[in-house]
Amino acid sequence: MRLAVIGAGAVGSSVVELASDHGHSVTAFADSSSAVIDSAGIDAAEALDRKRIDGVVGSGTPEDALSAEYDVLVEATPTTLGDAEPGFSHVQAALERDRHAVLANKGPVAERYADVRALERESEGSVLFEATVGGAMPILSTIDDFDPSHITAVRGVLNGTANFILSRMATEGLDYEHVLAEAQDLGVAEADPTFDVDGTDAALKGVIIANVLSDDGTEYTLEDAEVEGIQEISGSALELARADGRTVRLIAEVVEGSVRVGPRLVPDNAPLAVSGTRNIAQLETEHAGQLNISGRGAGGPETASAVLADIGRL
Amino acid sequence: MSDSTDEVRSYTVRLELVDEPGELLRALEPIANNGGNLLSIFHERGNVTPRGHIPVEVDLEATPERFDDIVDALRDAGINVIQAGAEQYSEALTIILTGHLVNTDLSDTLSRIHESTDATVTDLSLSAPEGTDDASSARIRLATEEGAVTETMSAIRTVAGDKDLRVIEPLAAGGEA
Repeated sequence: MRLAVIGAGAVGSSVVELASDHGHSVTAFADSSSAVIDSAGIDAAEALDRKRIDGVVGSGTPEDALSAEYDVLVEATPTTLGDAEPGFSHVQAALERDRHAVLANKGPVAERYADVRALERESEGSVLFEATVGGAMPILSTIDDFDPSHITAVRGVLNGTANFILSRMATEGLDYEHVLAEAQDLGVAEADPTFDVDGTDAALKGVIIANVLSDDGTEYTLEDAEVEGIQEISGSALELARADGRTVRLIAEVVEGSVRVGPRLVPDNAPLAVSGTRNIAQLETEHAGQLNISGRGAGGPETASAVLADIGRL
Repeated sequence: MSDSTDEVRSYTVRLELVDEPGELLRALEPIANNGGNLLSIFHERGNVTPRGHIPVEVDLEATPERFDDIVDALRDAGINVIQAGAEQYSEALTIILTGHLVNTDLSDTLSRIHESTDATVTDLSLSAPEGTDDASSARIRLATEEGAVTETMSAIRTVAGDKDLRVIEPLAAGGEA
């Protein structure tokens, strides 16, 4: 397949780097201000070097990348809320040209799911977005394989930063501010960790799952989610939980059309009590009990792997 | 990470039986019929509940899957199952409250929870590492009536909201976690 990769952050760059390994060529690659286009396939190493050194991927404009020749548009720009722009327009541009769109950007499927599906219905192209939920973990494709109508609930730890902070606080007896600073030093938390610790990131993933599970056409957005973060979890609360064989995890829960994210008590040895940056999703299936999918929920190569898996499914 | 379904475990089931001839046999049949292996039966003949029922504690072995069937069969037979297994069907509920617990009158908080939910506080641990004037945490174990967990949690949220306290709730009963 020929790929147009829009977005040159960790995920977009990893897709460009790993594409040839999966038998694909990248014919266009854009960041927010520049692009490189070559219908015979760009030189990935050169573009990534140029991004690293000069801060641009090439001499073209981002618009050139959207109008280039490609089979699949990979949308890997940063997630935006509300109108989900410019990601939404990128997906629209691809579908209107009857091309496929594969998303790593949560915005369009969390905030404008019905619009995305409407565009897809009018197009020869398809939309896949495994990478938006749980990084490398095959959550959405598993739901799809089982058929959403046979999944009654999904619960999970879907934000590695928040989970790292909670599990460090619990095992080391340290307070929130201390562990957050440590996570930032380690690169586990971003300079602005707001969306990770206030539950927004996990909620967006929950909303996407709710959209996929919705069987009556109800559309969910971030506004429909009940969200509480971990900023006010104290060391003493974790201590009390531990003394009782439990721990606290930021759990995203999608049940019967409700999306809820918040700190919850779980038994220490429960599958959901993963530690560090590890993520887990627990699917409640109608005929096959619980199914746990655990793995790396973030990271460039991890998320790019989910993007490439989607491309393979097209 | 998935739960094994063929491993035999031991379980304790607490039942409350009507004081009538044949009731105990009627309660044991669903266990035997669904592949449970009876280990012991403790029939508390002298310890009648306020409702005039007789508590019976049954220890048995079964696979988790069969155990679920046993509990369902008991309930289908109209047997009053008070508690089954570790916590899966129990009405015990553990929450953690955080915030200015002491300054907002913890005992008033507890009695309001008690009044508005029919739940009983069976255990309380308070941790106030910064002294009682600062934010503190309390782990509270409650016993609620069967099937009343959702109701109880919503009442607790209301009480906590009034006093600007945070509730860390357990994950839904019935879920493995």
